[in-house]
Amino acid sequence: MPSTPYIANKPKDIPTPEALRARIPGWGVDLDPKDRPSYPREVFDPAGTGAHWDYPDEQQGREGRERSIEHGQLTPVFGTSAPLKGVSGSIRRYAYRYGEGRAAHWLILLLGDRVDAWGAHAKSFATLRPDNPITETGVLAEGRRHGIASRVGKRRVDVNHQWLDPIVVGGPWVAATAGAVLVARAIVRRARH
Amino acid sequence: MKAMVYRGPYKIRVEEKPMPKIEHPNDAIIRVTTAAICGSDLHLYHGLMPDTRIGHTFGHEFIGVVEEVGPSVQNLQRGDRVMVPFNVYCGSCYYCARGLYSNCHNVNPNATAVGGIYGYSHTTGGYDGGQAEFVRVPFADVGPTIIPDWMDSEDAVLLTDALATGYFGAQLGDIVEGDTVVVFGAGPVGLYAAKSAWLMGAGRVIVIDHLEYRLEKARTFAHAETFNFAEYDDIIVEMKKTTDYLGADVVIDAVGAESDGNFIQQVTGTKLKLQGGSAIALNWAIDSVRKGGTVAVVGAYGPIFSAVKFGDALNKGLTLRMNQTPVKRQWPRLFEHIQNGYLKPNDIVTHRIPLEDIAEGYHMFSAKLDNCIKTLVIANPS
Repeated sequence: MPSTPYIANKPKDIPTPEALRARIPGWGVDLDPKDRPSYPREVFDPAGTGAHWDYPDEQQGREGRERSIEHGQLTPVFGTSAPLKGVSGSIRRYAYRYGEGRAAHWLILLLGDRVDAWGAHAKSFATLRPDNPITETGVLAEGRRHGIASRVGKRRVDVNHQWLDPIVVGGPWVAATAGAVLVARAIVRRARH
Repeated sequence: MKAMVYRGPYKIRVEEKPMPKIEHPNDAIIRVTTAAICGSDLHLYHGLMPDTRIGHTFGHEFIGVVEEVGPSVQNLQRGDRVMVPFNVYCGSCYYCARGLYSNCHNVNPNATAVGGIYGYSHTTGGYDGGQAEFVRVPFADVGPTIIPDWMDSEDAVLLTDALATGYFGAQLGDIVEGDTVVVFGAGPVGLYAAKSAWLMGAGRVIVIDHLEYRLEKARTFAHAETFNFAEYDDIIVEMKKTTDYLGADVVIDAVGAESDGNFIQQVTGTKLKLQGGSAIALNWAIDSVRKGGTVAVVGAYGPIFSAVKFGDALNKGLTLRMNQTPVKRQWPRLFEHIQNGYLKPNDIVTHRIPLEDIAEGYHMFSAKLDNCIKTLVIANPS
């Protein structure tokens, strides 16, 4: 006799509710799909949120705050973690000319992120606390948290690509350094001639 | 104050930052006691999330003590111990009025496709997060809740995202009695989703991962059957075999953007950032659920397109359900389940580290060292 799904019956190896209740603490306490916190998905209850306003007061400092062009207005409240500035800020502000549905919006933002990071690293060398790849990557945890034992003999799939991480992190720096050396050599060569 | 700050992909450090200020009448300033590192923080850490700016402080899972409140705050006062949902939300917009707190339209000027989240880049509004000594919490009368006296502090911080999200993921599956539920990912959210599936009447719960120590936790903590996908040539075929070739009724993707199992997806999705993340767990979910079944997604993905097998989803007649979790909607029921002993959230905590060690904490979590499942960050010892 063929088995499910080639016949109408459900699979036969599901334990009974009694057996499950005996084995699993709380089995079935949320059995009724209509008695779960997210049912129904939308519940109109503006009075139940704690808000005592119809529209919130507007936060100060709104001038120049970037926003998605898919918004009809600047939201009344917003984060102020890291305002746009410098070259990366200009790149990001340019990205906000594109709607969220456009790949250009997100890819330009990613470019802004990388320029921001490169600029911050370069600037850090003019401070008393330059970036330290040893402490900032937390790589010392490899020794303190059993880096080898955590990987060897574990059949972990992520080991297949973790070797790429140092290249992702260090690759741009190696490329930038090589580029700088080539440019310097070209300048010196030209000066000699 | 001391705060974790982002310095570029794979690089963070603790710096002195200015104290957060009241910037809106309904703001509060919270002195963070405990925060947590979430799997989705790794997407920021790896440079996957667009508009993650240098100097940004991560951390959307945190609890603390009210240090200061704005002039319009009515429900909190200085000294209250509070837990803060990871959603920043106003409580009064079109979406909040309908209970979709994670989709609030009044807090994130940078994007309409996602609501506000603490410490999760400017794409979610540009709010500094709680992996710091202090944090600004907007709409103090809406999001934060005073921690009940009976509640363990570690359980409280786990309720701010991971537990609520796992429980929400199980709800998105619309589980009915006797369903076979497969959960991809044995991280904190996957473990909680598996545990929650039983509460909703699942008949079988199967958890899939490639980290054996996490699968062991899925067996002991979540009473689940487990499959290590690294041991099989084709995990989808195994799922068909174990369900009499029917497929699971419900599959929950609790992995998200950095899922493992396909080298090309990993390289294009997480190394080269050409996708909104590696979509292999989502594709496996689509392929291992039965026709007419439901795929619930609570693993986080970025805003860029991902290579998803949408044709299979269409041809199988699947229901795909997903959202960021409206955390506070889950709390009353989860409080009951904790009090009744059905859920013990902090059973999955493996590491507790001081804020000063957070760079090593991120590396440990990212590289899955030392059998790490959940790491708590002690910002201000209470």
